Amino acid sequence: MRDPDTDWVLPISSFILALVLAVIPLPDAVAAFRPDWVPLVMIYWALASPERFGLPTALCLGLALDSLSGALLGQHAIAMLVVVYLSLRFHLRIRVFPIWQMTMTVFVMLAIHEFLLFWVDGVVGRSVPYIERWAGVFTGALVWPLVLGILDRVHQPNQARV
Amino acid sequence: MNVPGGTGGGRAATSLGARFLLLSVLSLALMVLDHRDDHLSRLRQAFSVLVYPIQMSVNLPLKTWQWASTSLADRASLLSENAELKAEQLSYNVRLQRMAALEAENTRLRAILDSSARVGDRVLVAQILAVDLDPYRQRFWINRGLGDGVFVGQALLDANGVAGQIVRVEAFTSEAVLISDADHAVPVSVNRNGLRTIVVGTGDSGRLSLPYLTNSADIVPGDLLVSSGLGGVFPSGYPVGWVLDVHRRPGQSFAEVIAEPAAELDRDREVLLVWTPEDIEQKEEPTSLAEVEQ
Repeated sequence: MRDPDTDWVLPISSFILALVLAVIPLPDAVAAFRPDWVPLVMIYWALASPERFGLPTALCLGLALDSLSGALLGQHAIAMLVVVYLSLRFHLRIRVFPIWQMTMTVFVMLAIHEFLLFWVDGVVGRSVPYIERWAGVFTGALVWPLVLGILDRVHQPNQARV
Repeated sequence: MNVPGGTGGGRAATSLGARFLLLSVLSLALMVLDHRDDHLSRLRQAFSVLVYPIQMSVNLPLKTWQWASTSLADRASLLSENAELKAEQLSYNVRLQRMAALEAENTRLRAILDSSARVGDRVLVAQILAVDLDPYRQRFWINRGLGDGVFVGQALLDANGVAGQIVRVEAFTSEAVLISDADHAVPVSVNRNGLRTIVVGTGDSGRLSLPYLTNSADIVPGDLLVSSGLGGVFPSGYPVGWVLDVHRRPGQSFAEVIAEPAAELDRDREVLLVWTPEDIEQKEEPTSLAEVEQ
């Protein structure tokens, strides 16, 4: 049995999977509803193992996402930093929240994340539609229990679950 | 009682805030530098090399599917496809013969008029990577980069017309923007009468807009718009789109003109990178032009 506190295989592979899911081609009809996989997985690790995955990890993932998506270098990075800062700051409380309250918290964090992306887009003058981009925040919050359940089960299989 | 990490007490809390501030300022600085004049192209290239495996792995299932469908196709369908392609090539060859005569005539006439002759442009086939970018922007990656001599501002065509241009070149890949992107504009002229105007993208890959035509402009639905070559990005004479609808509003000074792109912007899998003769003179010849189609 792997020790969940020193295992690097699962975190790294979940990050890579999240990056792949973030750019995998989807049909146009559902592309707007793509959940923000990378922030979701990053929030999970910041809550589950805050002493290992903190701000530097968030910065690296954000820059990788910027490079993948052709965004301004630093745009996803700063949004991710803010989200992870909030997760780290309140992780002791968030971890003991019941699942619905945790989902609401994640929803708020994803909304902040999306707002920062939107803000930077506005500042540099990129024209993007306003309404559609919030769809990903809702689907992101909807899949959070799934992300949490799967990663928790693989990460700490022996622990009691809520 | 805000003790993140739970180990270092107040020190950990301040250091978390300080680290957050430091890294945020760092990414803000990156954004400012990246937004102003591409100071970070080296850094971007380094990152692009790191994420290249992810792009490739996303692209892989599609490539595998294409490979499987060709290698598993049965003999009969391949034969019929082959026959069709041969017939098609024959008809193109016939047209090309006429084209050769016309080109020679054109060169002669230009020599008489003492204007510079238009020589053929050179092209390189590039594949579009099946990688989704921001769904609200008409952008995509292609599988050619610095090593292929791709440069920023290079025009992209598909089999039917102008598709877009290169906006960023990385080591193995390049980012392109389609002419239908809301931030993109192409200088065009109407093929019928030479009327010059500008085609602006709408963000919808099936529609282009011509916002700078007055109500009295001579344009009708069905007109072919070709690139005019003004602006120096797109070579002149390639089809850009067909006018779909002209809506003249009496109260306004400008007509509302909608066009349909000639290139199949949402269905392309392959595009052509174009080097005009001027580009080839300016830069040293791209290395992999050996691969140039024909």
